[in-house]
Amino acid sequence: MAYSLKEELNKKYRFTPGHRLCAGCGAGAAVQGVLRALDEGDRAVVGNATSCLEVSTFIYPNTSYEDSYIHSAFENAAATMGGVETAYNVLKKKGKVNENFKFIVFGGDGGTYDIGLQSLSGAMERGHDLVYVCYDNEAYMNTGIQRSSATPRFADATTSPVGSESYGKRQNKKDLTEIIAAHNVPYAAQTTMLGDFRDLHEKAHKAIYTEGPCFLNVLSPCPRGWQYNMEDMAEICKLAVETCAWPLYEIVDGEWHLSYEPAEKLPIERFLEKQGRFKHMFKKDNEWMIEEAQKYVDSKWEKLKSKCK
Amino acid sequence: MVKAKDINEQSPWQALTPGAEIYEPATSKLVKTGEWRVLTPFFDNTKCKQCMLCVPFCPDASIPVEDGKRGETDLDYCKGCGICAKVCPFGAITMGKEER
Amino acid sequence: MGRMDRMSGNEAVAYAMKQINPDVMGAFPITPSTEIPQYFAKYIADGEVDTEFVPVESEHSAMSTCIGASAAGARAITATSSAGLAFMWEMLYVAASSRLPIVMAVVNRALTGPININNDHSDSMGCRDTGWIQIYAENNQEVYDNYIQAMPIAEACRLPIMICQDGFITSHAVENIELVATDKVRTFVGKYEPEHSLLKEGERLAVGPYGVSPYYMEIKKAQAEAMKSARDHILEVADQFHDMTGRKYGMIERYRMNHAELAVVVIGSSAGTGKAAVDKLRDMGIAAGLVKVRVFRPFPKEELIRQLRGTYAVAVMDKCEGFSGQGGPLFAETRSAMYDVPGRPQMINFVYGLGGRDVTVDTFIEIFTELQKIAETGEPGEIYRHIGVREE
Repeated sequence: MAYSLKEELNKKYRFTPGHRLCAGCGAGAAVQGVLRALDEGDRAVVGNATSCLEVSTFIYPNTSYEDSYIHSAFENAAATMGGVETAYNVLKKKGKVNENFKFIVFGGDGGTYDIGLQSLSGAMERGHDLVYVCYDNEAYMNTGIQRSSATPRFADATTSPVGSESYGKRQNKKDLTEIIAAHNVPYAAQTTMLGDFRDLHEKAHKAIYTEGPCFLNVLSPCPRGWQYNMEDMAEICKLAVETCAWPLYEIVDGEWHLSYEPAEKLPIERFLEKQGRFKHMFKKDNEWMIEEAQKYVDSKWEKLKSKCK
Repeated sequence: MVKAKDINEQSPWQALTPGAEIYEPATSKLVKTGEWRVLTPFFDNTKCKQCMLCVPFCPDASIPVEDGKRGETDLDYCKGCGICAKVCPFGAITMGKEER
Repeated sequence: MGRMDRMSGNEAVAYAMKQINPDVMGAFPITPSTEIPQYFAKYIADGEVDTEFVPVESEHSAMSTCIGASAAGARAITATSSAGLAFMWEMLYVAASSRLPIVMAVVNRALTGPININNDHSDSMGCRDTGWIQIYAENNQEVYDNYIQAMPIAEACRLPIMICQDGFITSHAVENIELVATDKVRTFVGKYEPEHSLLKEGERLAVGPYGVSPYYMEIKKAQAEAMKSARDHILEVADQFHDMTGRKYGMIERYRMNHAELAVVVIGSSAGTGKAAVDKLRDMGIAAGLVKVRVFRPFPKEELIRQLRGTYAVAVMDKCEGFSGQGGPLFAETRSAMYDVPGRPQMINFVYGLGGRDVTVDTFIEIFTELQKIAETGEPGEIYRHIGVREE
């Protein structure tokens, strides 16, 4: 059935207002979009790693979810949901649970790329039937914008700040989607918030309804940490995609498929110039930084294209 | 069953839920984040073509949709981020100061 | 009378798990508890239980799995020791504060530094503040019996529980034990019907909030009250167990404490050695007695006061260090419990058995000899002592 935004928007919101995420938070839009991909009548258990999302969407006694929800700690959201999913299988067999449940875990890049990598890898390897959604805002935002392995090179972060001896983060962004794909999961994808949300919705739907351990990586801009005007979120996402800084693709049973190739690939500057975390790259004598950044985006993009069918 | 609306920062320990659990969905609606706003979205119904592109971008799920049409922004919760105004292709939303 | 069988402590626990037939086990191997998930995995592989085993990649994930499963309304279990228990330390607090009745078999082994695989209590003592109910066994019969009582206790209290046994000494030594018939075990533990769960039909549950300062302390107070009232549930379940098997259990066990003038307080397998020493001394006309602490959390304050108040000198034995510089944890808490008792006995501490250091009848005789001196002179001398360590 072809995607229709209007059709999907008839569904009741599963992610509800009153949460304490910042105004303009990318994660809020990401979670809203992913949960909308659930079919009506299906129940979900939403899992959450400690993160901006968690501390904002379940502050006692306020929960922002229409579904059951569990948070236990920072680095173990995947393992915790593995326990829920296993219980579901057992209880269903015993006839104690009769409804259809889907298991969706949300974690930031901190709780997913770094401290949560072990438990995510374990859950993916064991093959639990769940989907892990990383909302990637490219730093440990909840604790104050510290660098993560998902922070792009040259970005200013509070533990990789720009100074006379430092140009920001030294390492390039870790490619987690590729790492997860190497676990031979049935479905993994990269997406973000664009246009009518078709890309995000279809990928979320596939991830939720493909049996087995699935992974979704959603670029989620953070106005505070990336230092852009909060109303520009849609444009930031678009530029990330049009410059190929954040390519959209999916891996279905080990086969790589490119979701979108820009008709005109924009130079990386267009993405960088909108964000204060990269502003030092535009100073005189720092041209090499933009060159390096462009080279890196290009090499990753070429490698990705060669993998895709 | 203890309800979220009966829990507040003056509740004695006996009145809270064991393990800090909550037994109802969507209790966040008790918190009116609309109070955070500096700028407010003004919705011009006449310009709106009901394309719905604004709705999914709202991080606060504050644009209600009923019978395939978007209604007035829920100002109880809208934080005034302005994403909807920027996303609208028809200029149907403008951000401005609100008289309170 | 139930069927007799010869089993190691690990086998006995795995067998009890099989009889109970829980829903989910998430476990990671670590010496000397490894055999428990191994035996249990074989039961699963042979279709003898309905449990699903989650072969997690770490102990932290083992406890996380149990938390998720328990919140989903399933009976969740795990087993670990030493560094494994230490690795899940953070999650132990979460399990207890989320009030989930998870059952964990702990096979006590020394914490690393240097790495050592033998028995002491540093692992479970190290997590005594996590809010878990802690019950220790002296021998294979006790660990089996304790394990069967664990789930009813945990589910009545809504608190997680750890059933401890000494690594290698109890876990690997084979003893003859009396088993309870499986159908009796199943009736005893009953069915688990939690009031709320993530998967409950027509309901929603949210677990694990961010609790700001106006709420955190009230949540903890409620937890503290639950731990206090755990004592009643522990004794109630012990009564029911007695009705079923004829074997009696309480918060402590008293051994020849009638008119005892000198006493030792001890946890675990060393109590058996201690009892042999007490017998020897009584034969010599010395009024020696022994109090074995079975339940450490909640702390058996009333029982210890009742047993120790009439004595003159008590040695509290700690099979772990606390590095307080003034004694181990059992000593500190026992002494604190005795503080308000008029005419309370002299009390000293012996740290012993660390890293599997052998404890013999002679060790106890030496301790009681010291207690005799103290009772005669009224002078405790050095309060914080070690025994069994080579010194110049």
